Amino acid sequence: MRRVLLAVALPAVLIAVWWVVSALAGSFFWPPLSTVLAVFPETWNADRIVGDVLPSLARLAIGYLIALVGGVVLGVAIGSFRTLRAMAEPVLEFFRALPPPVLIPVIALFAGYTGWTSKIVTIALGCLWPILLNTVDGVRSVDEVLRDTARSYRLGPVDRFLHVVLRGASPRIVTGARQALSIGVILMVISELFGANRGLGATIVQFQRGFEVPEMWTGIILLGLLGVVLSVLFRLVENWTLAWYHGQRQAERKG
Amino acid sequence: MAVSLDVDGLAKTYTGHGRDVEAIRDLTFKVQQGELVCVVGPSGAGKTTLLRCIAGLLDSSGGQVRLDGVPVTEPPPGMAVVFQEYGRSLFPWLTVRKNVELPIKSRPAFRKSAEAALEAVGLSDSADAHPWQLSGGMQQRVAIARAIAYEPSVLLMDEPFAAVDAQTRADLEDLVRTLWRRLGITIVFVTHDIDESVYLGQRVLVLSNRPTTVLADVPVDLPEERTQLETRSSPAFAEIRSQVWTLVQQAKKDS
Ligand SMILES: Nc1ncnc2c1ncn2[C@@H]1O[C@H](COP(=O)(O)OP(=O)(O)OP(=O)(O)O)[C@@H](O)[C@H]1O
Ligand SMILES: [Mg+2]
Repeated sequence: MRRVLLAVALPAVLIAVWWVVSALAGSFFWPPLSTVLAVFPETWNADRIVGDVLPSLARLAIGYLIALVGGVVLGVAIGSFRTLRAMAEPVLEFFRALPPPVLIPVIALFAGYTGWTSKIVTIALGCLWPILLNTVDGVRSVDEVLRDTARSYRLGPVDRFLHVVLRGASPRIVTGARQALSIGVILMVISELFGANRGLGATIVQFQRGFEVPEMWTGIILLGLLGVVLSVLFRLVENWTLAWYHGQRQAERKG
Repeated sequence: MAVSLDVDGLAKTYTGHGRDVEAIRDLTFKVQQGELVCVVGPSGAGKTTLLRCIAGLLDSSGGQVRLDGVPVTEPPPGMAVVFQEYGRSLFPWLTVRKNVELPIKSRPAFRKSAEAALEAVGLSDSADAHPWQLSGGMQQRVAIARAIAYEPSVLLMDEPFAAVDAQTRADLEDLVRTLWRRLGITIVFVTHDIDESVYLGQRVLVLSNRPTTVLADVPVDLPEERTQLETRSSPAFAEIRSQVWTLVQQAKKDS
């Protein structure tokens, strides 16, 4: 109960401040929060939800899952084999240094601006690096004694992959996946800024260009709410997969 | 009786990091089937190195290890290792039960074997806990339970009781002897505790300081039926103990 109160207290204060200040400001670019909330339901009606919001989220989900699977598989391979690592490291450093939005025009050359493909590829490529690099580190950080244990008990390759490498690297994989999620949300929006006419990001930009300021603000609020929901979902998955890790860390701190 | 382990002219020099460490110069000894041999030596003498070579986890730089006549080049079947860093050898993401079951889960009736092994080390009540929820002594017993559930013909133990309190240690020593006599397996038990080596072993191998050779092979002529109180206070025990003690002192001085 206390925790719920604590978690809700600051947002409540911020909303109150926003409400009061925006009501007093009388600025065209910063309309009263009451106005923004009033246009929210009609702005995000069923048509926009189905035609813009859900497709954006679907592209995010597909791109993110591709990055997750690809990043973990590649990361485990690179982390497990020294020669592969030596070969891959310079290439990885190069691609990691490129800001993902820079790739959008290049991707669009191949996949076109308007379709889903270029947007999904953009999201997947942007999300791939944090997952991949963290997985490589995670695989390499699996305890030497655990590896020896697995070898001396002659665990098969499948068991070694599932029970030793993947689980051992999972705290780092989750770290990478968390970074990737915020990058993914950013890229979901940015990928729609180039010549797309539908989607959450594209809609917000159209409002802005059309000086529909309250509507633009509703889009930003919606984006923020989606971010909160995604991070809560992520936290749930994390608590479920990493319960052992958090427990172990706690035990170590106490001991 | 047949020879189980045959260590013949074993040598190991660690290379790399700009300097070579000659950990083992020349070790030769045999262990009969069903024997319990203790290995003592100063810290850094290469006891762990020796066990890792026997376990097929480390390539030797000279000589050979044979298990039942077959040269060891990779972890052989039918051999279990209890590592010095036992805490790190347990899978923190698996429960105690799952830790014990993992190496044997392709065998029929593996659940029963795991149950029986946990029973034997007195951990039936903690089967569903995770390793990090247990004390050091309990973790060590999990590692032992996993080893005996595996039903090895050879069990290697590397200073398994170095980090547990005296009372637990005495209990675990008796446990090892009980299990050994019940299961008839071959045990190589590494320790730096001279009393422990005499109490447990049928023979004590004393290693020299680095570069390591076998300094002496001391037979332990004590009755098979041993108890902490009587055996340790018997004149025969004191005799062998001081003999080994003198040898270890000599080993330290030679460096
Ligand atoms: N991976 C390694 N690379 C280089 N040198 C090593 C390595 N492992 C061990 N050594 C060296 O080899 C020697 C023997 O080490 P080892 O761990 O086998 O000794 P030990 O007898 O088990 O010692 P302790 O009683 O402290 O456990 C030591 O001098 C150590 O520094
Ligand atoms: Mg050691």
